[in-house]
Amino acid sequence: MNHLNEEQLILYYYREESGAPNAAEHLESCEMCRQAYASLERVLDAADGLPVPEPADDFDARIWERIAPRLPVRRAFVAPVWSWAAAAGVLLAALLAGQFYPKPQPVRTVAVADPQAGERLLRMAVGDYLDRSQMVLAEVANANPRQPLDISFEQERAVDLVAESRLYRQTALRTGDAAVAGLLDDLDRVMLEITHSPARLTPAELERLRDRLDSEGILFKIRVLGANVRAEQAAATRASNAARKS
Amino acid sequence: MIRPTAADSHRFLLTAGETGSLTNSRMEQNDRAFVTKARSGDTDAFRALVERHSRALFRLAFRMTGNAQDAEDVVQDSFLRAYRQLDRFDERASFGTWMYRIAANCSLDLMRVRKRRNQTPVEAEAPNDRAPELPSLAPSPERIALSGEVRERIASAMNELSETERAAFVLRHFEGLRMEEISRVLECEPGAAKHSVFRAVQKLRRALEPIVSPLR
Repeated sequence: MNHLNEEQLILYYYREESGAPNAAEHLESCEMCRQAYASLERVLDAADGLPVPEPADDFDARIWERIAPRLPVRRAFVAPVWSWAAAAGVLLAALLAGQFYPKPQPVRTVAVADPQAGERLLRMAVGDYLDRSQMVLAEVANANPRQPLDISFEQERAVDLVAESRLYRQTALRTGDAAVAGLLDDLDRVMLEITHSPARLTPAELERLRDRLDSEGILFKIRVLGANVRAEQAAATRASNAARKS
Repeated sequence: MIRPTAADSHRFLLTAGETGSLTNSRMEQNDRAFVTKARSGDTDAFRALVERHSRALFRLAFRMTGNAQDAEDVVQDSFLRAYRQLDRFDERASFGTWMYRIAANCSLDLMRVRKRRNQTPVEAEAPNDRAPELPSLAPSPERIALSGEVRERIASAMNELSETERAAFVLRHFEGLRMEEISRVLECEPGAAKHSVFRAVQKLRRALEPIVSPLR
């Protein structure tokens, strides 16, 4: 038998069935291959030492806290996404109206008494909105490019998201948050493209849509802004807790 | 001299259902029960699945992305995606394996986004692309073998892999997936998956061999 090449040694290390059938016997009898294999083995065994941090004790709970509010509704009797979003929108509009428009009488609600309450509420709503947008776009971005893709579910979500975004965008413009307003604009255009696409995309159509997402780097923007929003929320929560304690 | 590899033990984790292990078989039965409940809208059941699998997914995602915050994001995105796709999950399969595939894809997606954002006009990946030369001021093997620098060098060498090479290597070496399974996760031909693993191992050898050679 000829000497084992590097690829055969790698396949043997991993006990892949596609490796050389008599590799074990050859290694027993061939000093040169045995040395080569020992060298490979040392490197790959060393790779096991790749450090992986152990998640904190509350890791599972933290993951759950982050995903639980974003789980799509699976039961018919629970209000659909657009309805609670609309309710949140109405509440947000009411708060911001209190903040930005003169009233004949002083507003007495706690939320409006805090000049930053409207902005915080906007951030919370936008954070959630971005997460749900990301899920829709990730489906498209991660789909197998060689197969047709049924996006009917994503289209339903996109219709809801477009309906929701107008209020957030207007509010962001009013509060001077150009980054949020700009991203919401970009997102709106992409969501509209999804809603106007055929429910079943051909590989070519999917490719075009993915190119569009790639060229605008929209998933990355969502991730960055979403992370910022979450960080701001966490900071606001800490500040609020600290203020309550003091 | 020839002994079971680390990957053999990792494989046990991923395909426990195939091993016939009583404990893992029970775990999979429980998973199936939770999936059934979660499908009908029982979020507590889904929470149980999150608690059972999130740490293993974190380890996979960290090895693929090399970043704890990214890994946490991947775990979160993976469970959200899984929840939406629960109806597509085949209950005869292992929920853990299914989640691994989703998390691997989420990790790849994130790595590709990162690469596009950080891309500089460097060489395109070629079949025989070379890893960067190691710095000549490397500590001696005697010193390095006993320090955390080996680990750092491993992490650094992993970062030199392309995202496909890294994904293929992690899935093969740490998660114990067969080449065919890797090709399904990476959505490429089995031959391409195999070559990604080969390239990754070759790069790691070039980077690590000088520091893991037997001490003289």
